Amino acid sequence: MVGVLAAYSWDFSLVPNYLAFWMKGLGVTLAYSAGTILGGMIVGVICGMLLLSRSRWVTLPVHYYVEIFRCTPLLVQIVWFYFALPIVLQVELPDWFAAGLGLTLYMGAFATEIFRGGIISIDKGQWQASRALGMTWPEMMRHIILPQAVKRMTPPFVNQSIIQLKNTSLLYVVAIPDLMYTGSIIVSDTFRPLEVYTVVAIAYFIILYPLTLWAARLEARVDQ
Amino acid sequence: MVQVDGLRKSYGTVEAVRGVSLEVDRGEVVVVIGPSGCGKSTLLRCLNLLEQPSAGTLRIGERLIDFGAGSLPRGRELARFRARIGMVFQQFDLFPHFTVLRNVMAGPVIVKKMAEPEAEGIARDLLAKVGLADFTARYPRELSGGQQQRVAIARAMAMQPELMLFDEVTSALDPELVGEVLDVMKQLAIEGTTMIVVTHEMAFARDVANRVVVMDAGQVVEQGAAEEVLLAPKNPRTASFLSRFHSTIERKN
Repeated sequence: MVGVLAAYSWDFSLVPNYLAFWMKGLGVTLAYSAGTILGGMIVGVICGMLLLSRSRWVTLPVHYYVEIFRCTPLLVQIVWFYFALPIVLQVELPDWFAAGLGLTLYMGAFATEIFRGGIISIDKGQWQASRALGMTWPEMMRHIILPQAVKRMTPPFVNQSIIQLKNTSLLYVVAIPDLMYTGSIIVSDTFRPLEVYTVVAIAYFIILYPLTLWAARLEARVDQ
Repeated sequence: MVQVDGLRKSYGTVEAVRGVSLEVDRGEVVVVIGPSGCGKSTLLRCLNLLEQPSAGTLRIGERLIDFGAGSLPRGRELARFRARIGMVFQQFDLFPHFTVLRNVMAGPVIVKKMAEPEAEGIARDLLAKVGLADFTARYPRELSGGQQQRVAIARAMAMQPELMLFDEVTSALDPELVGEVLDVMKQLAIEGTTMIVVTHEMAFARDVANRVVVMDAGQVVEQGAAEEVLLAPKNPRTASFLSRFHSTIERKN
């Protein structure tokens, strides 16, 4: 067995032949990352705001939404939204859309918690001082609470976005031609899984490593 | 100017304010004293509706609110009501992301939608008055507690309120910083600002208050001219509370 491993001769020469494929896969990964992160943040801001409501009729559904997405595996969510939802709703969703829906709502659930956490972390004194000056709720949010909260939310948002970019690789189960799926296609063409998946891993690393460095810097700045 | 009648506030089963009636005339300085937990801070917070009283009536200026019945102000109406009452808190609660100048401009610009140059003029005048003309570009965290509290007073005054509420504004300060804040308040009193002051500073009560109100267990137990109440209390509970402060009250007389 050891002998077999030692005898494996690495050959990356085939990899560049698929450059156009790789680029397309990279583009799909980045597009799904950007799209689902942005969509998830919009969902998060809306649901996070709703969680601030005093009415349980408003907060309870949001609470269940968040918990359902936090307590089920993302892979299951992607598959469910892709295959089951169109049947449940009796509608035909475009494949690219159905594939991204699970990911978006998953991001949305975490973004909701980040948003709510950022808002409620602001000292009670800030709320009462704003109210005492005569600010309405929107004035207080816009000028006093959000500017301080956004600063605190940014590092966890960036961290969640990094995780989200990696999670797009799960889209390969519903045949979205992202970096990961592209890799699997090239493997079936070349029979060189070790080389191809190594390249896939390196590609993710090259995109994400600078982002994690940036996130660490952001976090240090907020802590000051 | 201010008329409170039978005001009550309860939290669950605990009644913090149990039927307080109080009148404050324009330009009057009323100091509210009493042991901690007697409901004096809660009373103050009820006056600008930071707390929603459970019963009673409140009249400020010509605006009358009956908490027993009818619709309480909400949203924009509630905000407008508060805009006419200034409040200063124990912990200053300045806006940390604004400079000192911006803090004082916040009310006029955000609430009154005043043009920036005009608001800046008001803010600079007020900061000069509280002795912080050179600190306009600083951030709150760069200031001492006493300086922050003076900014907070200027911030509240920038709204040109009809009434100023002070909630134990020197309690969080180092002893050597208390004087500078009290001096600013004294100045406001001399200029005829209507003020309700919750404090443990008995010397301030003696020197500045037109009237002292003593609270205990959620009720007003005694009130009257500062000298009378502080030096010759009629109520035994007042007397026992004040006995702890006698050295402060009698000194300097």
